[in-house]
Amino acid sequence: MNSSQPRRILVAIKRVVDYNVRIRVKPDGSGVVLDGVKLSINPFDAIAIEEALRIKERGQADEVVIATIGPADCQATLRNALAMGAQRAIHVVADSPLEPLDNARVLLKLAERELPFLVILGKQAIDDDNNQTGQMLAALWNRPQATFASKLELTDTSAKVTREVDAGLETLDVDLPAVITTDLRLNEPRFVKLPEIMKAKTKPLATLPLSEIGVAGTVRMKVQKTEPPPGRQRGIMVKDTAELFAELSKRGLV
Amino acid sequence: MKKILVIAEHAGGKLNASTSKVVKAASALAGSEIAVAVFAAPGSPVAAQAAQIAGVTRVIEVANAVHEHALAAAIAPQIAELASSYSHVFGPSTTFGKDLMPRVAALLDAPQVSDVMAIESATRFRRPIYAGNAITTVEVSAERIVATIRIASFEAAGTGGSAAVEAASPTVAVPTHTRFVSLAAAGGDRPDLQSANKVISGGRALASSDAFKLIYSLADKLGAAVGASRAAVDAGYVPSDMQVGQTGKIIAPELYVAIGISGAIQHLTGIKDARTIVAINKDGEAPIFEVADIGIVGDLFTIVPELEKLIDASRK
Repeated sequence: MNSSQPRRILVAIKRVVDYNVRIRVKPDGSGVVLDGVKLSINPFDAIAIEEALRIKERGQADEVVIATIGPADCQATLRNALAMGAQRAIHVVADSPLEPLDNARVLLKLAERELPFLVILGKQAIDDDNNQTGQMLAALWNRPQATFASKLELTDTSAKVTREVDAGLETLDVDLPAVITTDLRLNEPRFVKLPEIMKAKTKPLATLPLSEIGVAGTVRMKVQKTEPPPGRQRGIMVKDTAELFAELSKRGLV
Repeated sequence: MKKILVIAEHAGGKLNASTSKVVKAASALAGSEIAVAVFAAPGSPVAAQAAQIAGVTRVIEVANAVHEHALAAAIAPQIAELASSYSHVFGPSTTFGKDLMPRVAALLDAPQVSDVMAIESATRFRRPIYAGNAITTVEVSAERIVATIRIASFEAAGTGGSAAVEAASPTVAVPTHTRFVSLAAAGGDRPDLQSANKVISGGRALASSDAFKLIYSLADKLGAAVGASRAAVDAGYVPSDMQVGQTGKIIAPELYVAIGISGAIQHLTGIKDARTIVAINKDGEAPIFEVADIGIVGDLFTIVPELEKLIDASRK
């Protein structure tokens, strides 16, 4: 890497329905109710921001840049990220949601401009649950990916990443630059203090229309219908262990 | 005719059960040709195992020492090369497939449908969003479609197939920027959590790593796998690979016993396809009882040993 270049981390975040909100499906099947619902930084993305800040605080990065893709009113989300401690933010304005591959294309353009040594994202957004954008960015950028990270150790030229996989904990060694996606146990994001919120108001926030990025935003996946999941029926209550055992035996389960 | 390329998942010379379920999902597109691609080290028995899955038309084996451990960065470009004549590329929605398939989709300039729970046609799929609190039907228009298959939604395909195994050697360069270092498996002799018929899970109420012995003991009596809630994992009682729920494993066993688990939405997402859910909890208002087929309110430290004794007695 060119040593005159600041060591920069790009963190991509998404604004989603707050994870505490119990979502409701619209009766006409056209989607979920979003009016008046609390919106927040996707929890996995907050972990991504925290990790980037910790790397900078350890002296292993010079700058943390936050990017989001979304409508005009999602700048408040970027201000929150700046209040956590990031240096500046980029808002790519897209009025309607992009498909994951187009999100990755936008992030690729940003990576080519910003030349980060790490791009960190949440492993998935908790609205669409797609779990695609980070991997797609890594593919388009032709760089390594380390998804579902629960531990990250850096050298000047590589990252050792522990990943939460079905079989246990896998460790990969990847060359930099690389794309990292975060899992829940990577860290616990900090709480933002009021003075930081004030300070964040004056931090640089660049606005870029999607057209300027040169990504068209094609729609290839159309949601035809959104339905509530089939509910499970509440079953029976038993009063003691003997009854529990009898019930399990009757159903051939013990 | 649709041509579907299924990416096999395997480890330690053994085909993962997820592969058979993905084949089953693919067979929903009647009259399709289903090929299974196996990326393995030379001499691996996995391709032969894949050939026995019912419904598989052919097995494409890419034998290369770099495939000793599955690395998305190494496999994805080769899949993209092999996929040129296929209409669909499917992988399992396990951490293997979730890591790999979007990388494949990007290289193919194809849209990916994640966590497919039903295939309605070659272009129409059902998938959960918002942690399974809504189900969408998605219509896809693209020359090639990549998908990950939610394995809890499909049965395994049968066996008895005898597909031909063909060797393939993609010409694309395999990147060296990503290296496998280690895998720390919790392992043990218990059944695999993701494919077990019975699963016993413990939650925060166990209150210690030591108390999980109760869970292990009951599980071993029943030949069950052991799972845990996120609270129990975060508290350090058990390793993270035991987590059941939206961000852990999504499972569909015949029997799921939730012990000392209150039933956060994220946990319920992981178990709602279980055939029978049993809940043991001291809080009668716990949300787990809303989905339980059999519920009992009481102290797990009393009920679990009592239950184990009754099981013992019934087997004498």
